Amino acid sequence: MVLLFAEYSDGHFKKAVLEAATYASDLAKSLGTTCAAVSVGAVSDEALKTLSHYGVSKVYKIVDAKLDSFTNTAYAAATAAVAIQTNAKAIIFAQTYNGRAVAPRVAIKIDASAYSGVIQLPDTTNGFASLRSAFSGKGIEAIQAGKEKVVITIKTNSYHITANPVDCTLENFAFSPASTSFEAVAKEIVKASEGISLTEAELVVSAGRGMKGPENWGMIEELASLIGAATACSKPTADMGWRPHHEHVGQTGIQIAPNLYIAIGISGAIQHLAGVSSSKTIVVINKDAEAPFFKIADYGIVGDLFEVVPKIIAAIKKIKGKS
Amino acid sequence: MKILVCISHVPDTTTKIVFNQDGKSLNASGVTFIINPYDEFGLVRAIEFQEQGKAEQVTVICVGGAEVEPTLRKALAIGANDAVRINANPTDALFVAGQIAAYAKGKGFDIIFAGKESIDYNGGMVPGMIAEMLELPFVSFATKMELAGRGAVLRREVDGGEEVIESTLPVVVSCQKGMSEWRIPNMRGIMASRTKPLLVVEPISVATGVQTSGYAYPSAKGSCVYFSTEESENLVNALHNKGLI
Repeated sequence: MVLLFAEYSDGHFKKAVLEAATYASDLAKSLGTTCAAVSVGAVSDEALKTLSHYGVSKVYKIVDAKLDSFTNTAYAAATAAVAIQTNAKAIIFAQTYNGRAVAPRVAIKIDASAYSGVIQLPDTTNGFASLRSAFSGKGIEAIQAGKEKVVITIKTNSYHITANPVDCTLENFAFSPASTSFEAVAKEIVKASEGISLTEAELVVSAGRGMKGPENWGMIEELASLIGAATACSKPTADMGWRPHHEHVGQTGIQIAPNLYIAIGISGAIQHLAGVSSSKTIVVINKDAEAPFFKIADYGIVGDLFEVVPKIIAAIKKIKGKS
Repeated sequence: MKILVCISHVPDTTTKIVFNQDGKSLNASGVTFIINPYDEFGLVRAIEFQEQGKAEQVTVICVGGAEVEPTLRKALAIGANDAVRINANPTDALFVAGQIAAYAKGKGFDIIFAGKESIDYNGGMVPGMIAEMLELPFVSFATKMELAGRGAVLRREVDGGEEVIESTLPVVVSCQKGMSEWRIPNMRGIMASRTKPLLVVEPISVATGVQTSGYAYPSAKGSCVYFSTEESENLVNALHNKGLI
């Protein structure tokens, strides 16, 4: 049995979770077993059934008023209880904030090998041999699990979602959290912005010091909203207060891997690249032909961004007008 | 109050990563090693608690051979009181967490700080494992922490915002940007660090969770396709034809 941690947030299963679901059911197939999911907290049956589109044939529901808000302690205990009862060989997590908090606890509870950043299906001919991303995208580590069971978090945007519809049953699973599970609890959620969340965005438009000042960001926002992208920025622009800190992508900021990353007026310092180099397609617009960013770019324009960006906006409007 | 800060000894952020020819290990020659930047957020916050008179002792701990001692000395120079080196090769998360949990057990630490992940292996498993081994609450991706009464109020990064978390102590906290500002040690700190205690402890036996079998480089990007400023529209069309926009 392969078990998916079916994290449900903001009223849906995020893309990263559907990637993990696809991964889990593909892994189950390669092991000749089935894929089940564990859902903790109040999630509608209708929503849970949608997991069947991605190969999940059974969902263990753990519903308890105390579990409506997330704590890593209780969610890990719940997940481990299902993993033990179903004798799951692999427990698969999306590499989200919550997934990364729960996975290590589950690994200790069920005595599993745990590793993160997984980018493809393992070779299971002799235990679990996997590849994971390391050195902030600058290297790939090949690893061999030492224990019989594994707890894996899947790197976001590295495994393709595919439809694999199966019949799916829901089953209530009896579990009550220990009182010690609530020593650290969320009292409030502070929303950073109404925009598209950076870690989830398929498209990201990012700008840096080449913008000359915060007053020039209007065209970046226009470009982003035209194509439905999230906005991001480089570390210096966040440090100077031109842009909010939650937009900072890079080694010490947020690490992202969207399908398209458009870098405008960012030279591409190694620390910045460490946060974005896993992006599928990279477009760089910079007036300096020697900017290191061009070395990892798929498309580049060497030119003045104040000339280039308006032309790009006009061209996109033309396309959008047609369709 | 006693605070333990877990330190990873990692290649500097600007390091060009090169693997040895057999593909089995990182080529460390010419590489500068530093305190893992995420761990340093916790270290500085611990020292701030000490400066505010809220903490009496800040201990730093690292699992590694003698080569990690300069990194521990730097942590002492920034302001930690004493250092512990578990004398073993940090093979994997389970091993490292097992060593740190075994050292911390029963010593009365109120806060155990770590980074959200190390910038070399990007594992992010150690802090949660320590929390589970010691049966403590765990706040991950913390961007702020204040002590309040006999507990703590923290902020934790989540998708699209932050959670405000109230926790009892002791607690394990993994740190993210925002927790504190990095500090450059001053001359007095550097001088003092030379005589601060650095205890070497032999490891306990912990089964390996994961073994590294080798390394590779990510597949190289094809060369960049350039457009001139005048051809900006062609770039947009290329992205459109690939289904990206």
